[in-house]
Amino acid sequence: MSPMSETTRGASTEVNVTLRVNGSARRLRLDSRVTLLDALRDVLELTGTKKGCDQGACGACTVLADGKRVLSCLTLAAQCDGREVTTIEGLSRDGGLHPVQDAFIRHDGFQCGFCTPGQIMSAVALLAEGRAGSEEEIREFMSGNICRCGAYPNIVAAIRDAAGRDAGV
Amino acid sequence: MQAFEYIRAEDVASAVALVSGDPKAHYLAGGTTQVDLMLKDGVLEPERLVDITRLPLRGISRDGDVLRVGALATMEELAADVTVAERLPFIREALLASASTQLRNMATIGGNILQRTRCRYFRDPAVAACNKRAPGSGCAAVSGAARMHAILGASEHCIALHASDLCVALVALDAVAQIQGAGAQRSVPLTGFFIVPGDRPDVENVLRHGELLTAIDIRLLPPGTRSGYLKVRDRASYEFALASAAVALTINDGVIAHARVALGGVGTIPWRAPEAEAVLRGAPVGAQVFRAAADAAVHDSFTVPGTAFKVELAKRTLVRILETVTEGSA
Repeated sequence: MSPMSETTRGASTEVNVTLRVNGSARRLRLDSRVTLLDALRDVLELTGTKKGCDQGACGACTVLADGKRVLSCLTLAAQCDGREVTTIEGLSRDGGLHPVQDAFIRHDGFQCGFCTPGQIMSAVALLAEGRAGSEEEIREFMSGNICRCGAYPNIVAAIRDAAGRDAGV
Repeated sequence: MQAFEYIRAEDVASAVALVSGDPKAHYLAGGTTQVDLMLKDGVLEPERLVDITRLPLRGISRDGDVLRVGALATMEELAADVTVAERLPFIREALLASASTQLRNMATIGGNILQRTRCRYFRDPAVAACNKRAPGSGCAAVSGAARMHAILGASEHCIALHASDLCVALVALDAVAQIQGAGAQRSVPLTGFFIVPGDRPDVENVLRHGELLTAIDIRLLPPGTRSGYLKVRDRASYEFALASAAVALTINDGVIAHARVALGGVGTIPWRAPEAEAVLRGAPVGAQVFRAAADAAVHDSFTVPGTAFKVELAKRTLVRILETVTEGSA
């Protein structure tokens, strides 16, 4: 918590926030400047969500807010009060991997792995949006997730597989 | 990064009052410009941030031939609207060519209109010379790296680009901004909403402090109108425009009856091109006419070495989209 809790003119700079993350509610008191990304990583210790550029350019921090993919680095935690947030830690079902996680492993959809949680969260949303109809469509609607290792061909293959359009493993 | 008071507005009137009465208060909508410039770049330093994202300004509704778009509708929501797809297809094209899905889920239509420039010199407080950030301090961009900068409405005072794709189509459509102030409401056409920088680049639009953009009214294109948006950029996706063009034409027997033309990626404001429209109106569809319209659209440019290529690029972008939308019309 920042040592400064008031503005220069005496207004509180802290906020009470209830974050519903991966199905469980957490009540937090935060500095108003804390982003959703920093609340997840530094306060809730959910470090699966990655901080890449921290400026809305790379997609590594992608999470779902009320089911829609957003960038947690440009979202204030205060804005998410009462909202449902899903992170990479919340994808597994009955202790098993989510089908998109499974497909990324089978297609080797990563190299260093840093962008992978963001890629997977974005891909999960992409499938829900119905935008995995072709390689071209996947490339267009995954373009907000940068992979500096260049694993794009395998990422696209993993998403096509998860969409049920490609049985190849 | 200065600390600020965060307030979630309960209704439009209290939101407007909270900001109007406080010179150091800002609105917060989707945050993709505001949070970036505040927390990451240190360019904006509000003492109070009024979150308007839960105000009831999100609906998209049709009244006759006018589509009213709530200022808090997201870019994804507007792109998915059925009326937009059927009657304003180039709005959808411009939206889906913008940003990424993540950003489009966050960014609002009001915020898109009010987005700040991507000029790196504006966004870096360590750069002393920026007339937009520090009036009277000069412009680092005119002698700097200026590939992503403006050539229309530009001068030695400022070449910062208005990078919106959506607004290019909106100014072509004569969309109207609905504005709520502390005392009164008013309507301003978007073609008169943005202010060319001149010697005051810090003044970007007609909004007074505390006035809230509540909706945009868009008159639907008549059935049969041929419209299109073309964006030319350094990457195939997820990149700002080097040049773009939005056009809407009605054609009778090979003759252009009505034309709407606007350019993006090249203007300090979303750039309506009435000179190009005048060339097109009443003229036959054809390459010579398109080139003459393009010459007219970009005739009064201000370039620096980094942006000189954009004069020809903008012309070719406009010619290309005119060719595309008129295909099969002769």
